[in-house]
Amino acid sequence: MADMDLDKRFDIHEMAKNKQAEIERFACSIYCCHSTGCKSSGSDDLIDLMKNFIAEKEAEDKIRIVATGCMGLCAQGPLIRVEIKGKKDVLFKRLDSEAVAEIMNDYVWPALNAKGDFAVPEKLQKYILSLDLPFFTRQEKVVLQNTGHMDPEDIQEYIARGGYLALEKTLKTMTPEQVVAEIKKSGLRGRGGGGFSTGMKWELAAKVPTIDEKFIICNGDEGDPGAYMDRSILEGDPHAVIEGMMIAAYAIGATEGWFYVRAEYPLAVERLEKAIKACKKNRLLGNNIMGTDFCFNVDIRLGAGAFVCGEETALIHSIEGARGTPRPRPPYPTNKGLWGKPSCVNNVETLANVAKILLKGADWFASFGTETSKGTKVFALTGQVEHSGLIEVPMGTTINEIVNEIGGGVPNGKKLKAVQTGGPSGGVIPKEYMDMPVCYEELKKVGSIMGSGGMIVMDDTSDMVSIAKFYLDFTVDESCGKCAPCRIGGKQMLSLLDKINKGKGTKKDLAQLRKIAAAMQKASLCGLGQTAPNPVLSTLKFYEDEYQNKLVDNKKAAGEN
Amino acid sequence: MVETSQAAQIANKWRKKRGSLIMALHEIQDVKGYVDWQDAVDVSLGMGIPLARIYEVLTFYNFFKLEAPGKAVISVCTGTACYLKGNDKVLEKFKSELGINEGESTPDRMFHLQSVRCVGCCGLAPVCVVNGKTYGRMTPEAVPQILDEWRQVFKEN
Repeated sequence: MADMDLDKRFDIHEMAKNKQAEIERFACSIYCCHSTGCKSSGSDDLIDLMKNFIAEKEAEDKIRIVATGCMGLCAQGPLIRVEIKGKKDVLFKRLDSEAVAEIMNDYVWPALNAKGDFAVPEKLQKYILSLDLPFFTRQEKVVLQNTGHMDPEDIQEYIARGGYLALEKTLKTMTPEQVVAEIKKSGLRGRGGGGFSTGMKWELAAKVPTIDEKFIICNGDEGDPGAYMDRSILEGDPHAVIEGMMIAAYAIGATEGWFYVRAEYPLAVERLEKAIKACKKNRLLGNNIMGTDFCFNVDIRLGAGAFVCGEETALIHSIEGARGTPRPRPPYPTNKGLWGKPSCVNNVETLANVAKILLKGADWFASFGTETSKGTKVFALTGQVEHSGLIEVPMGTTINEIVNEIGGGVPNGKKLKAVQTGGPSGGVIPKEYMDMPVCYEELKKVGSIMGSGGMIVMDDTSDMVSIAKFYLDFTVDESCGKCAPCRIGGKQMLSLLDKINKGKGTKKDLAQLRKIAAAMQKASLCGLGQTAPNPVLSTLKFYEDEYQNKLVDNKKAAGEN
Repeated sequence: MVETSQAAQIANKWRKKRGSLIMALHEIQDVKGYVDWQDAVDVSLGMGIPLARIYEVLTFYNFFKLEAPGKAVISVCTGTACYLKGNDKVLEKFKSELGINEGESTPDRMFHLQSVRCVGCCGLAPVCVVNGKTYGRMTPEAVPQILDEWRQVFKEN
């Protein structure tokens, strides 16, 4: 296929058919997780080892090794899933070279040659991770449906799994207005955290006439420390994001697309680069895409380690090659964005949803979720939880279901204390609210936000004042310094927290904290400053006693001094 | 013909593309490990961007290094998951073992210590990365071992 005549009009249906037939020929597929998490636990070596085994046995036509994106359970990596025709799929965990050699020799090879069922030998049982765990069965994969099931670096596999069909449908049978209407109807909301209706944003962007240029920008500047949804999507299924961006471009009349990705994610950047190259080679990017009038090109710009660049106006400055400082809105980027041209900024996960909505219909998408929050959401479930990893659940799933059922609860006999969502811009949700459904509105009600999808579980040993200080430390460090409320307010709040944490705080300091927080929320220029006090305010709201216990007056009253 | 520096060549490659200053600086840092005064001057001349603008960018973003770091760059993750699992103690151990602070290099220029915001391996928390090699489930006790491992690497070369 590599030597395919470039002049011949490339046909995705034919490519899908060929690739499906090719995959069908293999009796055994071994999927090895090849994302940042498992790669750093050594999955590269395991892949080499398996490839050598296949070469030795001359089984190149029977077994294929697929290096996939994230399989979800990063804490148990490296993970390998063995799928042999006629046998049950088996997932192996925490592997090293020795274990993989044993698996190949004592399970894969004999099972491949055995008729009927073949049980995994006793000595390999310790590596098995049951696929019947609620961690796997309770999830609903929409965005992550390909991640972990295909090689993200192979465009043919994406197409074989129904990729670019949505683009074809859009370009050939729908008008841009129909696309916007469909997305609006689906109820998709921005997955970056704000939760603004994507359809509405596209409508606004589409209304601005394209004079010479209009841009669509993909925000892949995932700054929340402790979250890696966007990274996993870009690493595991880059074509889904590109396809979503192309559909968005068609809908709003954009001429060029920009990916803005953190430089700290080299693997995501590499996979995205490869995917773009493959698209260009197969004429999915460029002029007259799929034989229509639609012309579109994309480029990548790297971030350089600034949390504030997740804010859309700061992000735009950064793409322009300047300091990433935000500016007041309006004018909104949809009117005046990159280089002063109308621009629409969408998050990675938002764009990854688009192709599926167009292909399966807005009603299908809206069947997931709650009244106001539709679809699914990817979360990075981390912290003090048994099964830490990447999960996707329908909106409206309760925190209890996520933490205790999917996540397997808090380990080491400790008790759950709280869950934190929204990273440094979010707040804590105490265990009393565990039956609360996770959706934009409910989280806001308790003083947290959906955020981009970081969900951090804390056990009863966590000190809430220190955690609030940890987050504030982060936002103060990342404040760009442009506006005074954020620059000075953050610093002052931090020194007050430090004082309280050292046991020198007074009641006055608590009042002062609240006062500065309110000023920052009201007067800061951008989202970073407006939300920076959230971790402090929400811990103050639910765990004021922990603050009180550290105050010097209360210590005196308790007779400690 | 005047010999052109690497930085000048990179600047020349990017000059016609829009919004490429940060990309050019990334590429220089990729090749050299840091971006120093002379590189910034070369980029300024090559891309026609005032030097002050370039330093504005270089100092705003955490990612860029202005001077040569130690041979082994130790990045200790201070993301939330790593923090909760006690990576601050690991960082302290590195500091005391090496006798340097975050953002500094040892006098023999062998080690450079930095804290980073989330390397995206939260499942393996706490995590630190040395020259691209990731160490998961870290403990303070593992610190001397890792340092010895890298001292050995440099001794062999």
